[in-house]
Amino acid sequence: MSESKPSLKARLCERLKKLRTIKIGIVGIVIAFVVGIIFWGGFNTALEMTNTEKFCLSCHEMADNVYPEYQDTIHYTNRSGVRATCPDCHVPHEWGPKMIRKIEASKEVWGMLTGTINTREKFLEKREQLAQNEWKRMKANDSQACRNCHNYEYFDYMEQNSRSATAHQKGFAEGATCIDCHKGIAHQLPAVHQNVRTGEKGVTAEVMHPTRNKASAASAVDDDDFAGIE
Amino acid sequence: MKKLACILGMLLAFGLGAIGVQADELKSLRGTEAVSGDVTPEHYRWERDSPPLPRQFVQQPPLIPHSTKGYSVTTEYNKCLDCHSWDRTAETGATKISITHFKTRNGTELTNVSPRRYFCQQCHVPQTDAKPLVGSSFKPANGLVK
Repeated sequence: MSESKPSLKARLCERLKKLRTIKIGIVGIVIAFVVGIIFWGGFNTALEMTNTEKFCLSCHEMADNVYPEYQDTIHYTNRSGVRATCPDCHVPHEWGPKMIRKIEASKEVWGMLTGTINTREKFLEKREQLAQNEWKRMKANDSQACRNCHNYEYFDYMEQNSRSATAHQKGFAEGATCIDCHKGIAHQLPAVHQNVRTGEKGVTAEVMHPTRNKASAASAVDDDDFAGIE
Repeated sequence: MKKLACILGMLLAFGLGAIGVQADELKSLRGTEAVSGDVTPEHYRWERDSPPLPRQFVQQPPLIPHSTKGYSVTTEYNKCLDCHSWDRTAETGATKISITHFKTRNGTELTNVSPRRYFCQQCHVPQTDAKPLVGSSFKPANGLVK
C-alpha cells in the first residue's frame, strides 16, 4: 500500500465533505431566495400600502383640509367616473423617483408627529409654502404627474373649447408645462397677489404666471411662416 | 328632576303652539305649508366658448361667454381677474374689466377693481342651455342689436 495514496475511507470522507458543502450551498441559496422574495414582497406591499388614498386620509391634516376641497373638482367627480387618488399626482410612478419622494416624505411624517399643520389655522398659514413645494416639483419634472394620464400629443383641439385650444397651442409653442397655468385645479389656491388691495400678501405674479420663452416661440412661428419663401 | 323635565316639556309645547298660531296668520304665495320637497334639478349644460355676446339693453353687464365651472372668487383670489384684470389681458387676450369698476362708492379712483365690483358674478352671468321659465315679449334695444 502506497503512503501517498489516501485510504478509501479518507477519500470517501473527502467526497462526502464536498457534497455536504455543495448541499449547504444549495440550501443556502434557496433560503436566501425565499427570504429575498418575502422581504422584497413585504417591502413592496408596505410601500404600496402607504401609496393609497386611505393611508393619506388616515391623517386628519389631509382628511380635513385638502380632501374636502378636492371632492369638488373634476379629478374626483366627473361624468365618466374615472378618478385620480392622492398618490396618482403626489407620488411619482417610476420606481427611482418614487423611492426618492418616499424618503423625502419622511419629513412629512415628522411634521405630522410634531403637529406643524395640525390645526386649520396652521394649515392655512402654511398653504402657500406647501403649494409652492408641489408646483416646484411639478415644474422640475415637466408636470410628469399630469402627463401620466394626459398626453397633449393626442389633444383634439376641435373638442376643446376655444379658450383651451388657443391657450394650449400658444403655451406649448412657448415651452410652457401644465403647472405653469393649471394651478389650484385640485385644491384651493393660497392667497394670490393680484394688486387689488394695499398691503396685499400672497403668491407673486412671477410664481403664479412664470415668464415663458416668448423669443423661441416667436422664432419657431417665424420659421414656419417663412418656410416656403427664400 | 322629573318635575323639571315636566315643566320644560310644557314650556316647549306652549312655545311650539305659539309659533303655530303665528304661522297661521302669515300670508305667502306658498300658503302656510312647508315646501313639500325640492324641485328636481334639471340638467343644464354650459354653453361652449363664444365671442362676446351682444348686449340687449343699455347698461347691461356683458354676459360671460364661457363656462365658469369651478371658478372661485374669494378674499384671497379672484379667478376672473386672473385673466380680465388690466395687467393680465395682454397675455391672456381676455376682455379688460371696465375702468368704471375702479371707482369706489365714494367716487375715489383706485388703480384696480373696487371692492364693490369684486364679486363679478353678481352682475355678469355665464350661459347654459336652460329654457326661459316664462314667456317674454322683450325686444332688444334698437341701437344695440341689429
